[in-house]
Amino acid sequence: MDIGSRNDAVPLCSTAFVINGQQFTLELHPWVTLLDLLRGALELSGTKKGCDHGQCGACTVLIDGERINACLKLAVSLDGARITTIEGLGSPESLHPMQKAFIEHDAFQCGYCTPGQICSAIGLVSEGRVHSRADIRELMSGNLCRCGAYTNIADAIEDVMGQGRNQIREAAE
Amino acid sequence: MPIQSKAVGLPLSRVEGPLKVTGGARYAAEYFQPGMLFGVVVPATIAAGQIASIDVSAAERFAGVVKIFTHENRPSTAYRDSKWKDQVALPGHPFRPLESDRILFDGQPVALVVAESFEAARDAATLVRVHYLPEESHTDLMRAIHTSYCPPIPRAKEMMPPPPRGNAQAAFDRATNRISADYRMDGEHHNPMELFATTVLLGDDGTLTIHDKTQGSQNSQDYVCNVFGLATETVVVRNAYVGGAFGQALRPKYQLFFAVMASLDLKRSMKVEMSRREMFYLTWRPSSFQTVSLAADREGHLQAIRHHAVHATSRYEDYQENVANWSGLAYRCDNVELSYEIVKLDVSTPGDMRAPGAATGVTALEAAMDELAYEVGIDPLELRLRNFVHRDQNQDKDLTSKALHACYREGAARFGWAGRSPEPGSMRDGVDLVGWGMATGLWEASMSPAEAKVQYCANGTVVVSAAASDIGTGTYTILGQIAAECFDLQIGDVTVRLGDSTLPKTGVEGGSWTAASSGSAVQAAAKAVIATLLKHAGELHNSPLARASADEVEVAEGRLVLEANHQVGVAISEIMATAGLSSIEESAEVGPDKALARKFAAYTHSAVFVEVKVDSELGVIRVTRVVSAVAAGRILNPKTARSQILGGIVMGLGMALHEEGMIDHRTGRIVNHNLAEYHIPAHADVEDLQVIFVDEDDDKASPIGVKGLGEIGIVGVAAAISNAIFHATGKRVRSFPITIDKILESEIRQ
Repeated sequence: MDIGSRNDAVPLCSTAFVINGQQFTLELHPWVTLLDLLRGALELSGTKKGCDHGQCGACTVLIDGERINACLKLAVSLDGARITTIEGLGSPESLHPMQKAFIEHDAFQCGYCTPGQICSAIGLVSEGRVHSRADIRELMSGNLCRCGAYTNIADAIEDVMGQGRNQIREAAE
Repeated sequence: MPIQSKAVGLPLSRVEGPLKVTGGARYAAEYFQPGMLFGVVVPATIAAGQIASIDVSAAERFAGVVKIFTHENRPSTAYRDSKWKDQVALPGHPFRPLESDRILFDGQPVALVVAESFEAARDAATLVRVHYLPEESHTDLMRAIHTSYCPPIPRAKEMMPPPPRGNAQAAFDRATNRISADYRMDGEHHNPMELFATTVLLGDDGTLTIHDKTQGSQNSQDYVCNVFGLATETVVVRNAYVGGAFGQALRPKYQLFFAVMASLDLKRSMKVEMSRREMFYLTWRPSSFQTVSLAADREGHLQAIRHHAVHATSRYEDYQENVANWSGLAYRCDNVELSYEIVKLDVSTPGDMRAPGAATGVTALEAAMDELAYEVGIDPLELRLRNFVHRDQNQDKDLTSKALHACYREGAARFGWAGRSPEPGSMRDGVDLVGWGMATGLWEASMSPAEAKVQYCANGTVVVSAAASDIGTGTYTILGQIAAECFDLQIGDVTVRLGDSTLPKTGVEGGSWTAASSGSAVQAAAKAVIATLLKHAGELHNSPLARASADEVEVAEGRLVLEANHQVGVAISEIMATAGLSSIEESAEVGPDKALARKFAAYTHSAVFVEVKVDSELGVIRVTRVVSAVAAGRILNPKTARSQILGGIVMGLGMALHEEGMIDHRTGRIVNHNLAEYHIPAHADVEDLQVIFVDEDDDKASPIGVKGLGEIGIVGVAAAISNAIFHATGKRVRSFPITIDKILESEIRQ
């Protein structure tokens, strides 16, 4: 379709999904990304926009438990999905262990990449692929942090993983 | 007798942490109002020339588009340049968006598309057709370097090189050991993770509440009022949370202008958010070219230092930073000649980026010092120690403090520097060549005028407010700690309000001066509250404090007591109840001590030790270990302070190995304007980083003994990495970033 011919006649798509445990059925234009839907109409601005190109990871959310860049997902493609954003993980009064560990290890400064880092870290842990600190570094590399909190983020993730299994093996580099 | 602090000096977690980890901290683009409009900018696709015509007809027909602004229909704004100059403006003519048909740089905004939805504005923006009359553009610093000049109007006096001392040329010619080398750096882009954004909420009474990505809410407020002729009381600017800035948000950005312009014109609330691509079109660390010549005697004592620095600026403003002067004060040397020039190019005006000038100039100096160490044949650390200086020879002033010896000693010990074998290529780990390098870092410890207000409430809680900004630096936390210490409270009893132009006057958050400045203001305001408490205490019947003076009392466990004897005192609740007060509020203002500054210069210092591993076949470089030992006066919070230094190291790593703004000089256009092609360090690039804060007492740099930490962390890092690469490979790469192709250009010494 020629972009210039687009107008209100383009049909809205009825899309149903669960966000943070709440059921939504929305009439959506097909060109709206999950990220813009969250940060726009749904006012769930905890999910951040850092590049809109899938290059920085700030918009990472969990879709059916898997970490996904929300900027690369059209919302209408998510019919039936269960989406968890940073707001769904915990609240200041009741923090998720990963959120708690990020605070304790000072794993952020400006805080802008943080929701994406935390969602990504939770997705990473559930993937079960991490065997060393080097694995954490490698598998978290889709989430950029310009404040340079990387070592503290790795500490926070190790801490949480250590809470589950005794200790994650130190990188033998 | 000082009380055991419950706050200052403790590694407390950030007070805003729970909001930041739950998505509750709201940044500039994250405020909503039903019916608000969205603006998207159309960037120019030439670097120099003229707009012949703009066809907006297709874009205007796009569903949801409300209005398209171009230079042809832009609402009128202030005429005089002075109205466009923000608090930290540069010599020259400030950029005015959509002012005319002239194109001054690639990516210059040529239209603003305003629509009912972000998507409509974004998509319609692609339909704006611009016909240009391009002119030849010049963006290559090296090709234009013959046009360099001394800035006729200095940005600040102290940025200009001091007059030469001694005779550097003659001393250089006479010396037994000499090196002279050229260092090139490509432009860098700040790329804070948050996109520049402004949300303007239009009140029913016509007032504007503006959420702006800025390092100074009052700077943005002044700018908006001046440019649009608005009364100060009708404009409030807020920046409660700032998603990184690193200097890029010191000056107002065009999205602020556009959001306000469209809001006033259309009488609607507005949001304008930049794309990542647009983030590359403004305020960058300029590309530079430096020549450093060092001469020493056979023992390594410096005989001559010459440092010539040139960097890029735009056609319309003379951006300036202090690049060369560091070479005149880092080491003892009596023959010094420093010079500094800039070159006009068809680019947007560069700007301050973390440790502006020092990150550039000290990198060249410290790389040259390493070259000299090899020329003389002594250990690079030993060379620095032999040339240690306790004085600022540039300004002929004493230093407020300089615990750099301790940085060298403790950093070297932690790193294991003594185990280094000096010969390049002599240390290996499998196929990897191992290199150890080091460098010195230094940065100014300055204060900027700042006000703060402290309110002590009868229920034992405190509210601190100032129009300062927390750009991720930890300002909320450390100001809370200072107030908590003054009133012997837990940090949880203190609320800190920042990032609001209606709060007590504070300059932009930059220059590493916020902790020293706003921190001292909070302490002064707290002392004023205590003085007021004492006044009321003196009015009590049989007051035990009747004859005490303000500097003899302090607060301990809810009581106003004699510092010398805590048994003597009165409960604050009693003082306030008797005086019939529910709260006491006092303000204070601090600024640089001019009398002190005439005698003393203040700097932070660091010693950076780096291990790299270079794949001997592929040239891949990894920074496997960094130890940064920092002397920065009093450390208010070791946890957030450490993070500041970690962040500086990581950005320095990017400077050394990754960051490179690439311009196609045939077209003058930036070609890697995204985070996939402009590389910043990622998790995988950052391995073992260690930070040491050495003890440093300083009673002159600021009233609270703080020197500031925002910038010192990056200074010297790129040099230490390049020196480590030389030690690993025997190859001197004098062009930053040091990428694989440059390593492979000449054979690695095996």
